[in-house]
Amino acid sequence: MEFTDKHVQGLKDLLYKMADDLLIIGHRNSEWTGLGPVLEEDIAFSSMAQDKVGQSLALYEILHQLGESDPDTVAFTRNAPQFHCSQLVELPIGEYDFSLVRHFFFDHAEAIRFDMLATTVVEPLQMVAKKFRGEIKYHTMHADIWMKQLGESEEAKMRMQNSINEVFPFALGMFEPSEFEAELIEAGIFDGEFALREKWLNKVVPLLESFGYTVPNAETIIPEFGGRKGQHTEHLQPLLDEMTEVFAIDPGAEW
Amino acid sequence: MYGNAYVDPENKIVNSITANEDPIKLAEFESRIAAGNKIEPMDWMPAEYKKQLVRMIEQHAHSEIIGALPEGTWITRAPGFRRKLALMAKVQDEIGHGQLLYSAAETLGKSREAMTNDLITGKSKYSNVFNYPAKTWADSAVIAWLIDAGAIVNQLANSKGSYGPYCRALDRICAEESFHLKYGHDNVVFLATGTPVQRAMVQDALNRWWEPIMHFFGPPDKESIHTATLMRWKVKMGSNDDMRNMFLDMYVPKIWDLGLTLPDPNLHKNEETGRWEYTEPNWEVFKQVINGNGPCNKERLAVRRKAEENGRWVRKALAKPTEKYVTPLS
Repeated sequence: MEFTDKHVQGLKDLLYKMADDLLIIGHRNSEWTGLGPVLEEDIAFSSMAQDKVGQSLALYEILHQLGESDPDTVAFTRNAPQFHCSQLVELPIGEYDFSLVRHFFFDHAEAIRFDMLATTVVEPLQMVAKKFRGEIKYHTMHADIWMKQLGESEEAKMRMQNSINEVFPFALGMFEPSEFEAELIEAGIFDGEFALREKWLNKVVPLLESFGYTVPNAETIIPEFGGRKGQHTEHLQPLLDEMTEVFAIDPGAEW
Repeated sequence: MYGNAYVDPENKIVNSITANEDPIKLAEFESRIAAGNKIEPMDWMPAEYKKQLVRMIEQHAHSEIIGALPEGTWITRAPGFRRKLALMAKVQDEIGHGQLLYSAAETLGKSREAMTNDLITGKSKYSNVFNYPAKTWADSAVIAWLIDAGAIVNQLANSKGSYGPYCRALDRICAEESFHLKYGHDNVVFLATGTPVQRAMVQDALNRWWEPIMHFFGPPDKESIHTATLMRWKVKMGSNDDMRNMFLDMYVPKIWDLGLTLPDPNLHKNEETGRWEYTEPNWEVFKQVINGNGPCNKERLAVRRKAEENGRWVRKALAKPTEKYVTPLS
């Protein structure tokens, strides 16, 4: 089918929020380098960070092909209100339990999202989604192993449970619908945030319960929406100021 | 990255290093090393050999971990995707080197936990160079190029040493470090050939880092029985001055080629001797820094200590009290 302006707008919106999510979570994950609870986790979080930032770059490149600015300009010159990431990804890394729980919720959603996009009619997006699926498999595997093994000792389990409760409303915030849901579904671009949310709940709830955790009721929790529309927590702008500190010295220079 | 293991020139204990060893076993051990064979964890070795190796590999491992901190600050500030991705991978490698080296040291019977404790209590040393701040992005570029270059000079020599697990770890580390050096060089080239602001940044960084780089290879070695024995055992593979000279020979021309200057008017190569001549760096400063009084010693250890404390609950949850610690074999 022929894309209308609305379809293109919807596609760009989808690409922006995915790319921004990946850039910001990648940035956060990289903050564990040198500070992890065991060296192997510094390394694991760094690997995931590299994948995420690399994936965001691939999506910004698709946006560039659609007429947006080049990836460096897009990523390193915008301010918080122009970012479409969910609030979940911008929160500080906190303690390790917080970062792990966020990683678990986020990566299961991403894995399903890429799965859904592996059949999108947008060819370049379909190609990268298929590629990302191969990478994210290991991220969810990593998250699952840690969620499971830290559920096996009392003190750790309590910390993890507290973080699950704390993170859950932000995790639901990932599925904030865009104003283009109907167009995306109609054109075969993406099956929509609602479908993704359902698949995600069907995945993470039984998994967490099998590890012995209690999962808050998604129907009664108020999701932390706003990120997709540029409304962010106080944590995003300082992150961006830091990220762009050197680039901003001379955005025209080659670094 | 890493600096030469620091051998205290005032150390007087060493005349007796082999006094209590079985002379037959010692002779066999030394002849194996002389023949170019590697010593493996299960082989007999003199107590002093083991002690020096643990100290050296452990210091090296700590240097990798602490070394991730000054550069790590710049991961979140790297300008543009290319640099951001490269720096993440680079610092991740350094942590990986730490992991590899702790494992190599563990083959000699000291656990990673014991080594970590000695680091955060200040009992073990790490390379002095990481007690200086990386003030600007250009500092991170200079570190990645020149400190890693120094480390390669050092580690290539050490990889020809006698202890199998350490040599194998070093072979892999050197392969990765050579990528770091390319990354660092590329980064410095972009700054040195960039805008006036970029150029000034990299020149300033170079001025700041020159003394720590000269210190990196350690003070001139004193002739001692200790050094001679460690050289014969292929624990120490070259004199500090030789390593420094090799580094200067390889990198000073490259620095000058970029139109950058070095803050030592006496620095030149004596074409007759083939050796570089320079103003002796201030070794008193070196001693001060190694004894905990550098600009960042306290901060580095505090960060490391906090990471250890924050992560304790994770390690506790993973611990299997019913299982016994087993020293790894290779």
